[in-house]
Amino acid sequence: MAVLLIAEHDNTSLKDSTAKTVAAAIALGGPVDVLVAGQNAKGVAEAAAKLAGVSKVLLADDAQYANQLAETMSALIIELAGKYDAVVSPASVSGKNFMPRVAAGLDVAQVSEVVSVDAPDTFTRPIYAGNAMQQVQVPAGSKKVLTVRPTAFKAVEATGSAAIETIGAARNPGTSEFVKDEIAKSERPELAGARVVVSGGRGMQSGDNFHLLEKVADRLKAAVGASRAAVDAGFVPNDYQVGQTGKVVAPELYIAVGISGAIQHLAGMKDSKVIVAINKDEEAPIFQVADYGLVADLFKAVPELDEELKKKGY
Amino acid sequence: MKVLVPIKRVVDYNVKIRVKPDQTGVDLANVKMSMNPFDEIGVEEAIRLKEKGVVTEIIAVSVGPKETQETIRTALAMGADRGILVIAPADVEPISVAKILAGIAKAEAPQLIILGKQAIDDDCNQTGQMLAQLLGWAQGTFASKVVIDGGKAEVTREVDGGLQTVKLALPAIVTTDLRLNEPRYASLPNIMKAKKKPIDEKTPQDYGVDPAPRLKVLKVSEPAKRKGGVKVKTVEELVEKLKNEAGVI
Repeated sequence: MAVLLIAEHDNTSLKDSTAKTVAAAIALGGPVDVLVAGQNAKGVAEAAAKLAGVSKVLLADDAQYANQLAETMSALIIELAGKYDAVVSPASVSGKNFMPRVAAGLDVAQVSEVVSVDAPDTFTRPIYAGNAMQQVQVPAGSKKVLTVRPTAFKAVEATGSAAIETIGAARNPGTSEFVKDEIAKSERPELAGARVVVSGGRGMQSGDNFHLLEKVADRLKAAVGASRAAVDAGFVPNDYQVGQTGKVVAPELYIAVGISGAIQHLAGMKDSKVIVAINKDEEAPIFQVADYGLVADLFKAVPELDEELKKKGY
Repeated sequence: MKVLVPIKRVVDYNVKIRVKPDQTGVDLANVKMSMNPFDEIGVEEAIRLKEKGVVTEIIAVSVGPKETQETIRTALAMGADRGILVIAPADVEPISVAKILAGIAKAEAPQLIILGKQAIDDDCNQTGQMLAQLLGWAQGTFASKVVIDGGKAEVTREVDGGLQTVKLALPAIVTTDLRLNEPRYASLPNIMKAKKKPIDEKTPQDYGVDPAPRLKVLKVSEPAKRKGGVKVKTVEELVEKLKNEAGVI
């Protein structure tokens, strides 16, 4: 089964989610070609060519792919899809944006947020904010369109050397144009790929209080996240949100501060290797998933944590 | 300008769902149902555009069983003008819903369709984008701001690390994210008034769509449970354990 995998990148670097999605694509059991669509993205294509298990990299280098708008991306992918049995992308903001267009263009159902490939035609995915797992089978003879939850797969290594083939752009539908990006400049790692994540919930009481977490995060080179309750309360922007409707993370260490542990939040972080919970309510459900729980007032415990880490040289 | 707001009837946000013991699905018997929260944000956005004088008519549309009438009534009570209910089973897949909506869009010729970014039951996050493709329209997904001006929609989107703004030719599709607005509650007089607003009933066949699912659901199961660990007494103990026991810092 020939697989076309859509690389996630920012024209400069290939995102780790691509290497993880390659692992899922290999499980489909066929040659995996990777599409890099971008502008001045040759370096990205070279990085993709090194991923173990990749047969070929297709590079579509054109101004219309600079911002990977859904309209131009889907037009290109639909044109290429004829030769493939499956089209796969990370379930990132970008993949979620263009993949359903691809599925509709190919007149097939899409399987979203695959967390396990049980057989080449059978996949498991979370529903109801991760409160249930659904196993679905794609009918024989139908093209598969999948988005893959990267945190559920282990990245393939960069030991390959696939060929890079330059391909032309598809016709630009011309219905949309990029205006601007407002990306918060931060020295901290991105939430989705961070090794350590420190998140705050409604217990933080205000956006200003998040600076307490930021101090700890900076000591641990961690990203800062938040629960949906904290986002709803307006403490922090939406892109901080960890949860089923926000970002799904699986860091080495996840520190949940003032987060009660609503199911929708747990769905976004329960695959973390080690979970720490700091909450003054000892009945909070977050303690049921935490490896280390500290029942304490966060306004006392977090500054103490900062001090303790400082003392230990972090 | 006419706006279409597709809405979905789903298990209420606050209900803790249960997987059926025979693993055929989720138990929906006697469970409170409500409008999908992201769709409520879509209805609210349409009403705000009408209050600004940009929009003249709001049509709330849903695909689902007969009881979905109630969900459409909620949208009408919030401020939508009329409804269309396409009677179908509850498990119609996004691709089929998108095809039905495309049929409605061709009949009604709206300039804008505002949908929730995903339904909180199947968590697919597909319908809006699929509809955009079927109609050949542009899309502004995960919107936190929508401005209609000069025949274009300027949509600010929630993306990794911040915001992206795109300009779309109309007609266009918008899908809502959490911060777009805070939906209003319907007032009692408006709930009474909504009872008199018209709801047209249709079938998928009216739009030439077969609603039978394409994917076969083999089973629905409980997620793997994570075991809780230990409580620590002090911050010192926590740091010590993270360093020496877990080895993660």
